[in-house]
Amino acid sequence: MARPPSRRPGINRKAQYSLFASYVVAVVGAVAGLLLVVIAIFDPTGFAGLRTVTAETTRPISVGLKNMVSGISSVDEVLAAYWRAGSQNVALRRQVETNRNRIIEARAIAQENARLKRLLKLVDEDQSDLLTARLISSSSGSTRRFARLNAGRWQGVRPGMPVRAAEGLVGRIDSTTPNTSEVLLLTDTGNIVPVRRANDSVPAISTGAGDGSLEIRALSAGRNPFKPGDLLVTSGIGGIYQPNIPVAVVVRVQGEIAWGFPLANPSRIDAVVVERAFEEVVTRQDPAVAPAGDTPSGNASAP
Amino acid sequence: MIDPHLHHVPRLGRHPGRFRLAGTPVIAVMLGSSLTALPLIAQSPVLPPFGLLLLLAWRLLRPELWRAWIGLPLGLFDDLMSGQPVGSAMFLWTVTLIGVDAFEHRLVWRSYRQDWLIACLAIIFCLIGGWFFARITGGGRVELLLVAPQMLWSMLLFPFIVRQCARIDRWRVMA
Repeated sequence: MARPPSRRPGINRKAQYSLFASYVVAVVGAVAGLLLVVIAIFDPTGFAGLRTVTAETTRPISVGLKNMVSGISSVDEVLAAYWRAGSQNVALRRQVETNRNRIIEARAIAQENARLKRLLKLVDEDQSDLLTARLISSSSGSTRRFARLNAGRWQGVRPGMPVRAAEGLVGRIDSTTPNTSEVLLLTDTGNIVPVRRANDSVPAISTGAGDGSLEIRALSAGRNPFKPGDLLVTSGIGGIYQPNIPVAVVVRVQGEIAWGFPLANPSRIDAVVVERAFEEVVTRQDPAVAPAGDTPSGNASAP
Repeated sequence: MIDPHLHHVPRLGRHPGRFRLAGTPVIAVMLGSSLTALPLIAQSPVLPPFGLLLLLAWRLLRPELWRAWIGLPLGLFDDLMSGQPVGSAMFLWTVTLIGVDAFEHRLVWRSYRQDWLIACLAIIFCLIGGWFFARITGGGRVELLLVAPQMLWSMLLFPFIVRQCARIDRWRVMA
């Protein structure tokens, strides 16, 4: 096939100008787009307000579809559970027996803890949970890992709040619209979480790798202290995440880097909990008593 | 009737409405961009950029349909739907369309294979560009290898998308 007729409009002046103008508009627009990206380098959430319209209009669709497929996504798990159901049943029953004893012990410890805290006159109100919502869609075509949450500014969600599930940490809120918000997932390459090893508090930093795994670097110099199977929890440093939220399990060690997998898989979990930022929970005080700007230790030292 | 597709015979002297002629391709591309609203919480960039694939398919199927500036509004919409920084697809899509214009000018022979080649180059350019923009706007250290699978199946998917566009196009021009 010969090429389609040339787009050169011949000697028609008007058509020539029109074609020229279209290229001018295109080039100017492209440069404007580049400028927007440059602005985004310094202020990544600056134009998030523009997303309000699209996020709000697609929210009902995503929610409806989510309700339809939430049963389908766990089909493989259900099928796998039927495999070796008998032996699994026995093993699980034994596990339940041991866990029951542990729960009783833990309850006793919790009671003792509460009593000791009362002795110390520590006010321990856990007001960190804000609301429970669902993840309805995600940036599945982009290299960034964002998920859209079915709750937003009108529900009290603010940028920077941590998002977690029962299994572990999911991420934190990046930007909000009135009824939806964007969650920066744990596996995003721009999400850095201070963590520690659960049993001996070796501090480390977890960065997403963008493909569902996490890159974990120990903060201490010397050889890599991690080995496969290590459990990592948040350390509370930085003031965003509460301490002791489960984050990941180490699966592979490679030189100075340990590779881990998040404990909470956002595609499997049904509902997530939005929490208040850790610093906010700690420093928040009774508005009637304490003036603003007091130190967080003010609560504990009150007579 | 011999051909089952010809049940609906276009009547002589009837023309499809202007909205149908001009709006169908635009809506198709926007729907392609909106596929990110599916309730799929992806752990890596898995979904091909359907908006871009549809844009290229329409552009190569109907060179006279759009001028290069159409990449600006459609790219902006794609930016709003995808998680990319705003301006990323605006820039990449417009530059791609200008590039396709320039490329078309030089080619003497055109066939299906040349179209696919042009589309492959455009897909590679846009995905690497998107990767680079995501990297410099707070994405941290993203490996280029991460977009390789997406690039591969976007290129393999392109012929299928062109077929579907041609099917929509037949409906579009027949009253």
